[in-house]
Amino acid sequence: MATSVLDHAGAAGIHPEKTGLWAWITTVDHKKIGILYGASAFIFFLIGGLEALVIRLQLMKPDNNLVSPEFYNQLFTMHGTTMIFLAVMPLSAMFFNFFIPLLIGARDVAFPRLNAFSYWVFLFGGLFLNASFLFNAAPNGGWFGYANLSSKQFSPGLNMDFWAIGLQILGIASLAAGVNFFVTVLNMRAPGMKLIRMPMFVWMSFITQLLVLLSFPVITVALILLMFDRLFGTHFFVPLGGGDTMLWQHLFWVFGHPEVYILILPAFGIISEILPVFSRKPLFGYTAMVFSGCFIAFLGFGVWSHHMFSTGMGPIADSVFSLATMLIAIPTGVKIFNWLGTTWGGSIQMKTPMYFALGFIAMFIMGGLSGVMHSTAPADLQQTDTYFVVAHFHYVLFGGSIFSLTGGAYYWWPKMFGHMLDEGLGKLHFWLMLIGFNLTFFPMHIVGLEGMPRRVYTYPAGLGFESLNRIETYGALILGFSFLVFIFNVIKSTRSKVHAPADPWNGATLEWSIPSPPQEFNFPSIPTVHGRDAFWEEKRAHGGKLPEPARVSGAGIHLPNPSYWPFLAALGVLLLFIALMNHASKLGPVYIFAAVSVLFFSIFNWVFEPAEG
Amino acid sequence: MDHRLKRWHSVAGALLLLTLLIVVVGSAQADPYPQSTLHPKGDFALMVDKLFRTTLFWATLVFVLVEGALVFVIIKFRGKPDDPEPKQVHGNTMVEVIWTAIPALVLAMIAVPTVRTIFRTYETPKGADVLQVEVVGHQWWWEFRYPQLGLTTANELHVPVGRTVALKMVTQDVLHSFWIPQLAAKRDVFPNRSTTLWFKAEEPGDYPGQCAEFCGLQHGRMAFQVIAQAPGDFDGYVGRMQATGGPAAAPATPPVDSAAAKPAAAANALNTATLAATVQAGADTVAGSQLFMMKGCVGCHSLNATKPMGIGPNLAGIGHRLYIAAGWLENTDANLAKWIQHPQTVKHGVLMPDLGITEAEAQSLVAYLRQH
Repeated sequence: MATSVLDHAGAAGIHPEKTGLWAWITTVDHKKIGILYGASAFIFFLIGGLEALVIRLQLMKPDNNLVSPEFYNQLFTMHGTTMIFLAVMPLSAMFFNFFIPLLIGARDVAFPRLNAFSYWVFLFGGLFLNASFLFNAAPNGGWFGYANLSSKQFSPGLNMDFWAIGLQILGIASLAAGVNFFVTVLNMRAPGMKLIRMPMFVWMSFITQLLVLLSFPVITVALILLMFDRLFGTHFFVPLGGGDTMLWQHLFWVFGHPEVYILILPAFGIISEILPVFSRKPLFGYTAMVFSGCFIAFLGFGVWSHHMFSTGMGPIADSVFSLATMLIAIPTGVKIFNWLGTTWGGSIQMKTPMYFALGFIAMFIMGGLSGVMHSTAPADLQQTDTYFVVAHFHYVLFGGSIFSLTGGAYYWWPKMFGHMLDEGLGKLHFWLMLIGFNLTFFPMHIVGLEGMPRRVYTYPAGLGFESLNRIETYGALILGFSFLVFIFNVIKSTRSKVHAPADPWNGATLEWSIPSPPQEFNFPSIPTVHGRDAFWEEKRAHGGKLPEPARVSGAGIHLPNPSYWPFLAALGVLLLFIALMNHASKLGPVYIFAAVSVLFFSIFNWVFEPAEG
Repeated sequence: MDHRLKRWHSVAGALLLLTLLIVVVGSAQADPYPQSTLHPKGDFALMVDKLFRTTLFWATLVFVLVEGALVFVIIKFRGKPDDPEPKQVHGNTMVEVIWTAIPALVLAMIAVPTVRTIFRTYETPKGADVLQVEVVGHQWWWEFRYPQLGLTTANELHVPVGRTVALKMVTQDVLHSFWIPQLAAKRDVFPNRSTTLWFKAEEPGDYPGQCAEFCGLQHGRMAFQVIAQAPGDFDGYVGRMQATGGPAAAPATPPVDSAAAKPAAAANALNTATLAATVQAGADTVAGSQLFMMKGCVGCHSLNATKPMGIGPNLAGIGHRLYIAAGWLENTDANLAKWIQHPQTVKHGVLMPDLGITEAEAQSLVAYLRQH
């Protein structure tokens, strides 16, 4: 359990928080790391968004040549890779970092330095991937990197090396974080916080870590094999050498489908926190919500081949994967109905986070239903690799994940930064985003069914795709603009500093019981939990309101020391992969030796550094 | 803003969204969609469409009910900050059992026809009456072979209406996906295993299709046409294609596919071809036939549908194809000349190099190819 609680007044005064670049580089505070994740991921999100806008401008009219086919292929590959690995996953990681310890009543995560290491590896991996643009060699084989197009023969440039190596770096970050949060949830909960009393966001995040731990090793293996093929001339995926292109597809989707739930389960968790608070009612069917989440995660490992119906796996395999996929609709339906049950009979407070939560439900229903339409293998033989699929997964990942993460940002902003975001601008952001989103992605359903394939850099006039594509581009511009409103809101609110109280929304969970923003040690004394919605029930027991908590001295509270070794170790990881990429150059062995030295030296010092002082 | 005004705010936003979506659907109706999956003209596509419509029906029903419930909740249970605390409900087992069971029943309505259709998709028709076609994917064009008829062609597949066509498919290089939306559906194409697809065109017409698996630089320009013809017309087409073995069409030399051998082969073939072409047409086509040899076109392209050779698409019948450069560029004289002169501009990255052909030479080549 966490360190002992000793809040003797007058021992040393309020612990001064260090700021400045060095403090951020050496921080092991889960809240600071959370903010680093959020800021980095948001910048990557904007880069991915700009890539999407260029894609939309290129497709605005037929036979367009705004960008070359080569650059277009880089754009859609990097858009997908960026949004999945550099935006949505780390935006979720921002909430894991900042809020899992607060929601379970802990002082930090289980392994604070490993946490810093995860972040720096993620950042370096993201920078490495994007650095490929500087060499005019951004990955160009799709985020799914299908063999044998990804082989050295058909992709001779550095492009797919950047991809295969960049994703391995990011995989290290995800796995380290996965271990960390898995252990944190199991070991760091406050007294009385039984598993079945945990807030739903913690539950869904916990399941997500399990998915990360089980699925990332698969993609890591696949990427290592691909790297061997490309760098050292092996033939795992090269048919001429006896390799198999189907093997890549199976390995990729055994990871790729659980990955979809890695992207959406945290979003489910955030929604399950927002809806009860703004309905002023507890979550409907808590137990069913937990088990449906587990069931979705379990089934998520048994449906990967529904991405491969068009490969012709045979009637038995197609039937099994069709039916298993349909089954997922049942626990997902349970979730949607329980969310509706949560709002039913409530006193709905239409604040900005609630707009996004309700918008999420409305959009996610559509993404779920088009998912069921894909699950019927023969119909998928028409829909797969068309814009219908593009529409489907954007309704899930944008209408779902991004709506939820944005709602989460509005909901938890006051807690993270100690001031409120503007409600009027927040609602403007919501409506622009909802309208822009639907204008962009709804027509894709139609244009896909009318025969427009994905990943084409242009289309000829005469197939009827013009008008819908034009509407989609207008929608994308509105969608992009909505995030400018968000950025303006952040700047305006940061300047005006409308101070946030500890509990601005009348919340239900422990983070609202401490000042905004939380002090470095989170809780002056570790709370004892007596049931679900602990803070909500405590307020009700005290006539609905508790006094504003005071900021107190943290003297005597042991916190982990800052350390620069995680940063240096992460740098060592990056250098090692860069050296590997250049292994064939004259100085290759020297690079590798230097990188390994940095890595080992950092880990050695990390291990023998005292963790607390 | 007072409370009522705020509510109007939301209603206005929602109505705006609804209007825009109606505009979207409305504008979608205005366009013709020759590559649509929604207007099936082949038995395979019809079978898939029937299943799609079943799923669409249930999805729409669920959509309307659940979104309706959501809108109802938002309107009905909207509270004010000072409203009393609502009743604290934690769940209701009976309700939860019901809303687990109902989706399961709906899914069963979809699952049964799905499994039935899956098995049908794999029942590739057999028998002497079935027209066998071998499909070979290339970066970035399609090769079609009729083993029963001894013909090879590219990017334009002629089939007879009312006769089942069975496709057996492989690729020369990377993965592709053969997709013919109005007649069948799509099936991926692999280098190390063959896959199958089948269809029977129900009515004559030109049906566009396209590669649907990302296959590199020019994936966006890897289209093809299926021309479904009345059986008599199809027989006429087969006859013409089988007759392309005539003296004008192809060099007498054996297949040449090494670049080094090109000039020699061309020179050998020159006299025969020149002679034959002179008999057949005017000066322009004579020049064209010579250029076809001398510029090395012949190194990759055969003009004889019965004698496939070279690494490029077979050009027998090129003069009558609807499109060039793999099914997307209209086959006009101007486009064909541009394609011959500047292949790397028209479709960057294709194997066909810019050969430094002049405008006049291109005109002659066009005139020559129009005869084939």
